Amino acid sequence: MTATETYKVGARSGVGVSSQRPDAVPKATGEFSFSSDLSSHNMLWGKTLRSPHPSARIRNIDYSEALAISGVHAILTASDVPGKNLFGLEHPDQPVLADDIVRYAGEPIALVAAEHPEIAADAISRIHVDFEVLNPLVDAESAVTADPIHPEGNVIRHLVIDYGDPTSSGDVTVEGTYEVGMQDQAFMGTESGMAVPSPDGSVDLYISTQWLHSDQNQIIEALNLPEDMVRLTLAGVGGAFGGREDVSMHVHLCMLALHTGRPVKMIYDRNESFLGHVHRHPAKIWYRHHANKDGLLVKVEGKIILDGGAYASTTSAVLANACCFSTGPYKVDNAQIEGWGVRTNNPPCGAMRGFGNVQTCFAIEAQMDKIASALDIDPVELRLKNALEPGDQIITGQKITGAAPVKEVISSLADHPMPEPAINDLLARPGGTGRTTDQKHVKRGVGFAVSIKNLMFAEGFDDSSEALCEVNDGSVAIHTACVEVGQGFVTLVHQIAEEVLGVSDITVIPADTSIGSAGSTSASRQTWMSGGAVLKACEAVVVNLIEQIAEEEGVKYENLDGALVSEDGTKTIPIAEALRGRSFQEKVVHRHAPTFPLDEKGQGNAHVSFAFAAHRAVVDVDQELGLVRVVEIATSQDVGRILNPIQAVGQIEGGITQGLGLAVLEELVMKNGVIQNANFTDYLLPTALDTPPIEIASLIEEPEPGAPFGAKGIGEPPTISSTPAVVAAIRDATGLDLRRVPVRPEDIALE
Amino acid sequence: MIMEVLIASSAEEICELLGQDNSRQLLAGGTDFMVEVNYRHRSPSSVIAIDRVPELRNWHHDGDSVVIGSCVTYREIERGPLATLVPALAQAARTVGSPQIRNAGTIGGNIGTASPAGDMIPVLSALGAEVSLRSSEGKREISLDDLIVGVKQTSLGQGEFIESVRVPVLESPQEFLKVGSRSAMVISVTSLALITYPKTQSVGIGLGAVNPRPTRARQAEEFIKDFLNWESMQVDPSGLDHFKELVSEASRPIDDHRSIAAYRRHSIGVLAQRALTRIFSERSPSV
Amino acid sequence: MSKVTQDHLNVNGTKFTIDDSWLGESLLYTLREQLGLYGSKNACEQGECGSCSILLDKALVCACLVLTGSAIGRDIKTIESLAPEGSLSVIQQAFVDAGAIQCGFCTPGLLVTIEDFLDDNAEPTELEIREAISGNLCRCTGYGRIVEAVRIASKASTDTQGTADDGN
Repeated sequence: MTATETYKVGARSGVGVSSQRPDAVPKATGEFSFSSDLSSHNMLWGKTLRSPHPSARIRNIDYSEALAISGVHAILTASDVPGKNLFGLEHPDQPVLADDIVRYAGEPIALVAAEHPEIAADAISRIHVDFEVLNPLVDAESAVTADPIHPEGNVIRHLVIDYGDPTSSGDVTVEGTYEVGMQDQAFMGTESGMAVPSPDGSVDLYISTQWLHSDQNQIIEALNLPEDMVRLTLAGVGGAFGGREDVSMHVHLCMLALHTGRPVKMIYDRNESFLGHVHRHPAKIWYRHHANKDGLLVKVEGKIILDGGAYASTTSAVLANACCFSTGPYKVDNAQIEGWGVRTNNPPCGAMRGFGNVQTCFAIEAQMDKIASALDIDPVELRLKNALEPGDQIITGQKITGAAPVKEVISSLADHPMPEPAINDLLARPGGTGRTTDQKHVKRGVGFAVSIKNLMFAEGFDDSSEALCEVNDGSVAIHTACVEVGQGFVTLVHQIAEEVLGVSDITVIPADTSIGSAGSTSASRQTWMSGGAVLKACEAVVVNLIEQIAEEEGVKYENLDGALVSEDGTKTIPIAEALRGRSFQEKVVHRHAPTFPLDEKGQGNAHVSFAFAAHRAVVDVDQELGLVRVVEIATSQDVGRILNPIQAVGQIEGGITQGLGLAVLEELVMKNGVIQNANFTDYLLPTALDTPPIEIASLIEEPEPGAPFGAKGIGEPPTISSTPAVVAAIRDATGLDLRRVPVRPEDIALE
Repeated sequence: MIMEVLIASSAEEICELLGQDNSRQLLAGGTDFMVEVNYRHRSPSSVIAIDRVPELRNWHHDGDSVVIGSCVTYREIERGPLATLVPALAQAARTVGSPQIRNAGTIGGNIGTASPAGDMIPVLSALGAEVSLRSSEGKREISLDDLIVGVKQTSLGQGEFIESVRVPVLESPQEFLKVGSRSAMVISVTSLALITYPKTQSVGIGLGAVNPRPTRARQAEEFIKDFLNWESMQVDPSGLDHFKELVSEASRPIDDHRSIAAYRRHSIGVLAQRALTRIFSERSPSV
Repeated sequence: MSKVTQDHLNVNGTKFTIDDSWLGESLLYTLREQLGLYGSKNACEQGECGSCSILLDKALVCACLVLTGSAIGRDIKTIESLAPEGSLSVIQQAFVDAGAIQCGFCTPGLLVTIEDFLDDNAEPTELEIREAISGNLCRCTGYGRIVEAVRIASKASTDTQGTADDGN
């Protein structure tokens, strides 16, 4: 299977085929309503005043001039927060509106509601804040011992993994310090939503998010309202990638709507979007790898520092991932890992696709290449030698009980044919339209990298998803709170329901908080969790159907491949047919097998399941100018089972492109705590011309025990090892060390 | 807030409207102006849209040169007859923003915005472009190098606007090269135009994004003369290293979020050498 | 000279009477928030993403960079005009068929861009396709299925063209 072969979306549904997204047509015509497309009669526009300083004390806020502007209906500050002025995804440590102190540049201070966005912006510019500017703490390493910038201290989490024999050593050691810059999710649809107040003092919030119920829990605390007074409905989401897991404008919108008694809409512009959501943690990582002469890993020592920015967000969980998988998809008997997630006056960092594994994978894979070079072993062979196998332990002492086709992933990719030389066109070379590079300046390089990613939440979190299956005379409606961010969950709902019930008339009820939590659309978990819940709900309908028929006819039926077969085998009724004229309502909650916290030595069965991927990048480099053109990225991935091939390809191609972005383009450039490029002019996403054809060498379908249909999450692995593969290819072409991503032209040309 | 939008239909009218109130802002392609409006960095009360004025929308051949109206778009420069007449300008136009930007953005806007990273600037400078300015007081011509006096600063007078720009039609090789981190739609980190003048057996070199105002690498232009053979179109490679150095020395780049000065200084030299050796093949004097 | 006062906008063949106070807005804002044409998307408002691509007098531009007052009297075509209601154009169908749509936020802008591009270049090479859509950022797909959709659409158009020619 290669991505260049033509896939076509088919009309047939059911699991395993490329059925069409139910929202494809409205998205193609422009009719699909995103959260920024909401409007309401009598609506006001909200806007946020943010701190220009990364660290300052607020002496006074004077908004009298702003409030006097005609068309301005409300200006709210910290003192207007009705409940607790704190929120946070893992625990509340971040003010809804800054009170006395601002801890990052971009922190919200005041809110405006006005008749027109221009008026709101004008009002914002006339709110006068008297700041006492303080010296920001911007260096993550010194944050560990620096004066605390927050009552909870600067170390959000310190994690030690002490595994095996610390005195062990290998025949060779390789050592290196690596850095990862601050990447951004940069979803296309910026934060937006609308809050609509009710006369009873309750509020409806229509919002793009990743996790409705987590938002709701945080909002009710801040508004001091009971759960049923704050209702959330998902509005169309323009991508997420982790950046919508945290609350952004949610509480603000509700406050403005409740205060003015009018619907309030807010849209962040691109600049504000960069300030308004968390980013990928910048990391500094030191490693010493020990191997014996034949290349087997003996011990890994590592120190990992993640810059969490001003507030905790998911830093604690990101650090756990970084540390738990800090030896990669390789078997090693001894590991000494120490990690810190720290607080600084940089922008808050949290979830982004790959979640902690991205940072360490970049460093691990560089180390693996160094070992290969030190021992003169082929890098692919070295990885095969050390690859984890089913039954092996990872460094937390957890045994891999599910599928772990690491060797198959590596070998199938290594066997994939290499691309042709680039075509003879300036546009196809490094530099692109800039016409910088002639063929004689180009050197080609190849790099290989492998990754591991845990699927679903970890460390004892009670992870669940609820689904309702409603059958009415042959038509089926499915309700969950699972957020569709573009990944195609809505398609899977159709496929799963049709697979079980044989019915094609299926409606996906909009996700909202009137049903139980589905958990977050993150951690590669929704196919397993909400897909699993939908599967169980549909299956529960069939069980009830069989019972009903048994009562009516006195005959026992069994479900065989979508048809009910009578005990004596004489009668067969397709389920779809049997459902006609009947009604069912089945609600189920689905959980995965429990996980457990890590102990003081970082040991424990903290994770549910693991997925593996390998990437091979081919690049053309113009070393003198430091310009890189990625020619091809090929991949093999452990997917468990493919439920929708075309959606799987879409996830893989998109994920790899984000990995490519981190390798050579994407970084929020910081200067003393302030982002220098919070716009699309200078935060450079890969364009179509920067993105190479993606070759899928192999998707390994080895069903995962316990997973619905055996399917593993596939969203994150493409983003993890694609970055180190690209950098390895640049090293291969240039002979340079390259310890930092993104690799900038000057990192190559001036070395 | 913009309270008034005026649509000019002739250059004469622009003069009148500016004569009445010179605080009125001119709007051509809008690709810079509207970003500033959208992000509230600029909020004029009155705007004159000049992009429908026929004499600004057109270009014409005038003897050995071509006169390009200030509202001619990048797209029109990138393709069609202008691309053959002034190839380096077309090469530069192709690197400006996206197809959408190139359909809207204009050469006059690029000059008037006077950004050091403006992609037309090094080409126009190397071509010795003359800019035609107009106001209710009359017309005047000024060289591009004199018009742009600093970062986003011009010597345009009150009520004065750019009517057109005149560049020579040379029918000899020209090169424009630009370094950006991305393969397309990227602001220049450095750029360089190299124009050959066979009549005077010289080259013109314009530097982009490395100086506050348009800059020719005059010393490099002078130095390399002795190493060029205009009959065989060859360059004596022994002069290349110093040539490269002289180009780098003509730059006064800065560190910013797009790049660092050291890289800009380095890459501008590399671009110069590459532009030159694309036109003149390298040949050792001993051979 | 014409000072723009109360006037109208020609959008997708319909004349919309507009209010004086809209003239200083970006055309994108006017289309979306005043005329309710939400198909053009607002992802950057600085011409760097292509999500609001429209045709203005047949030229592909970003609506966010057009001042509403300067669009008076011009022919404006948005995503809403790509196909009659209830049907899909060739390229829209190709996007659906090729799996080119994920979150869909970039989709309308890309479709307007590609429709315009294929009008000019019916049988583009892959590099030409990639350059033509380089002003339309997509964060979900990595462009693979989008490039594939352009190939499908280009083939479908040329096939239809071929049949028509044969008929002649």
